[in-house]
Amino acid sequence: MKRARLRIALLWLLVPVSAVVLAFAVSSIALLAIGENPASAFRSMARYGSQANSLVSMVNRAVPLFVAGLAVAMGFKMNLFNIGVEGQYRIATLLAAAAGAAVVLPGPLHIAFIMLVGMAAGAAWAAIAGVLKVKRGVHEVVSTIMLNSIATGLGAYLLTNYLRKPAVGSELLIATPPIADSGRLPALAVIAGEDVRSFAVIALVLGISVYVLIWRTRFGYDLRASGINPDAARASGVDPNRMIIRTMLLSGAIAGLIGMSDLFGFFHAYTLDLPVGLGFDGIAVALVGLNHPVGIAVAALVFGWVDRAAQILDLEGIPKEVIIITKGVIILSVVIAYVLVRRLVQSQEVKAAAEATRRLEERREEVAA
Amino acid sequence: MSWGGVDTALAQAQRGRRLSARRILLLLGFVIVLLAAVRWATGTPGLTSSGTWGATLRLAVPILLAGLGGLYAERTGMVNIGLEGMMILGTWFGAWAGWQFGPWWGVVLGILGGTAGGLVHAVATVTFGVNQIVSGVAINILAAGVARFLSVIVFTGQGGGATQSPQVASELPRLTVPVLAGGELFGWRSPDALGWIERKGWFLVSDTGALFRGFTSEVSILTIITLLLVPATFLFLWRTKLGLRMRSAGENPWAAESLGVRVYTMKYIGILISGALAGMAGAFLVLEAAGIYREGQTGGRGFIGLAAMIFGNWRPSGVASAAGLFGYADALNLRSADAVHALLLFGAIALALLGVWYLTRRRVFGGILALAIAALLLLWFAVTDEVARQFVFITPYVATLLVLAVASQRLRMPTYDGIPFRKGEQVS
Repeated sequence: MKRARLRIALLWLLVPVSAVVLAFAVSSIALLAIGENPASAFRSMARYGSQANSLVSMVNRAVPLFVAGLAVAMGFKMNLFNIGVEGQYRIATLLAAAAGAAVVLPGPLHIAFIMLVGMAAGAAWAAIAGVLKVKRGVHEVVSTIMLNSIATGLGAYLLTNYLRKPAVGSELLIATPPIADSGRLPALAVIAGEDVRSFAVIALVLGISVYVLIWRTRFGYDLRASGINPDAARASGVDPNRMIIRTMLLSGAIAGLIGMSDLFGFFHAYTLDLPVGLGFDGIAVALVGLNHPVGIAVAALVFGWVDRAAQILDLEGIPKEVIIITKGVIILSVVIAYVLVRRLVQSQEVKAAAEATRRLEERREEVAA
Repeated sequence: MSWGGVDTALAQAQRGRRLSARRILLLLGFVIVLLAAVRWATGTPGLTSSGTWGATLRLAVPILLAGLGGLYAERTGMVNIGLEGMMILGTWFGAWAGWQFGPWWGVVLGILGGTAGGLVHAVATVTFGVNQIVSGVAINILAAGVARFLSVIVFTGQGGGATQSPQVASELPRLTVPVLAGGELFGWRSPDALGWIERKGWFLVSDTGALFRGFTSEVSILTIITLLLVPATFLFLWRTKLGLRMRSAGENPWAAESLGVRVYTMKYIGILISGALAGMAGAFLVLEAAGIYREGQTGGRGFIGLAAMIFGNWRPSGVASAAGLFGYADALNLRSADAVHALLLFGAIALALLGVWYLTRRRVFGGILALAIAALLLLWFAVTDEVARQFVFITPYVATLLVLAVASQRLRMPTYDGIPFRKGEQVS
């Protein structure tokens, strides 16, 4: 029994390992195709990526990805495809930045206020998709895709017309007014000239909370049950509509925190330089991390490291864009490997169950004899 | 007895279809009359000028192509969120081949680029059974990365760079109808009859003239091909054996399989055509609209195409209408700010009429919602002088959400759309 479990665990480990191997292979081919030496490229990436400040940068890049992955995984766990994390976090970051700049509160309160505004805005934006699904039967993939684009337009409108900092002189910067010092998080430490952003700690707490919520509470049990077998969950008294609304709210609220690390630690205002596309990256990270907080953390760190380490490539005359292909291949091969391994595991489980049944039958016959 | 019953049902169905065709024409006529009235009342010629209609056509084509692409995939039961990525591949390869070998090669390579994206989607979802949404999202990310990488390698130092190509000379033929719109006939410059009517500014007559002039002057050959694809798609999917088999894969793959239809092959065909059309949309953007490849050029048109497909109820004619509507909004936004403002009045009147009609049909929710939005639009029209660009940008998406919210019961998507199918395994 134990050996079967170990075998299954090893099979699951195959998913990320094979994806990374394949991604390296494809990137090597791409590098060879443009006449570069893949080995030396990877070696300089490894050298640059293992410097202290690179490791700090890796963590800083990984934190928003980790939060985004958590937001997406929340929905995935009950088969809800929240493609709308992108729109949710952009609207949320904009409103949180504007609200945070409008008030001055004592330190921790100010931080908490900004985070609450972000979570509320994200949850509200996600709730539109949830309500449309429950009340009008609109599939969440379609509605969240529409809501992403609406968020882009609405955000641009709000920023340029209402939330923008009044222009000083001929300054053309489009941004919200800066948040006061009480609404900023100081660096946890400074290592080799790079700030270790304090939001990493909050993200860690968030990750643990999500784990506890999904795997250690009644709500989480219902959520996972609804994802694995909605009919069985309904039969055991779980109201699917309520679950959908609650999950969308939670997912949106977490999405509302994606931009906070950059907001608290660096930009202190909503500007057009804030990273975009984190919602879609979050989908990738959740997929690669197999929807588990630990896996998501590892995936976010890997993606963060690749992003950072690739910066050296430009100095060596190699287009660093090759890593976008690396990441894309990782995503595609993870999802394919995941499906293949799941089929393998299922057949193993079926075999194990058949074996157990046969033994039981034999014993019964022995007893009867 | 039973035969009689079938006969009546069939006759009724046919009558219903004929009636709906007449209804569509009537609706179109009504829209033009109302537009002409608003144009006349608000004094904004931009609302119905031939330039606006021409731009509508040009802007609707990529949306229409993407929408038809979505249609082919979803009719075989496969959701294609990757349209945007396939369109990106179409823009890149269209620009590269257009720059290297000329515009027709641009079209061909653009189509092939999109098809390659479709192939990845098909292999992942049909052969390996990966979730269709997941695969689509991955393709969107991957396509953007591939385009960026290739641009860095190919375009840098050649007059382009990481985010754009060199200028692509476009010499695709354009058509202007002689006599009606002043095209050339064997070197003779024929009169521009419709242009003359348009300049007169007569109520309704000039508006109709401008509409026809917009559709008959300087029309790209790609536009004509795209427009022909709408009836062709209908005939192919609803009037041929292969089309029936493809649709059966989307309506009930297990039943189709039991009758000997090769469901996997049907799904492959659907997704490959889907990618090809998305690629063609990309090539059109490069060769006809911009004359250059730029990163982010697709601007979410793959997603608007998806919206047009839903808005059009998974029917070719519906997709075309929706693409026209979205293209019109874009055209007004590009050309005249006054006209967008006047469009608010048009929307208010149209929605108010729709609301009243819903209420007489006892569809209370839709009726009240339509009337409420009409009132809001009217208020908006009354208290403002212009509409922010961003609102026109989000119009297609909001409209689609509203249609889904109000009329989702009346929409008829393929029954097994998006539901994974494994050979020999009956699920659900």
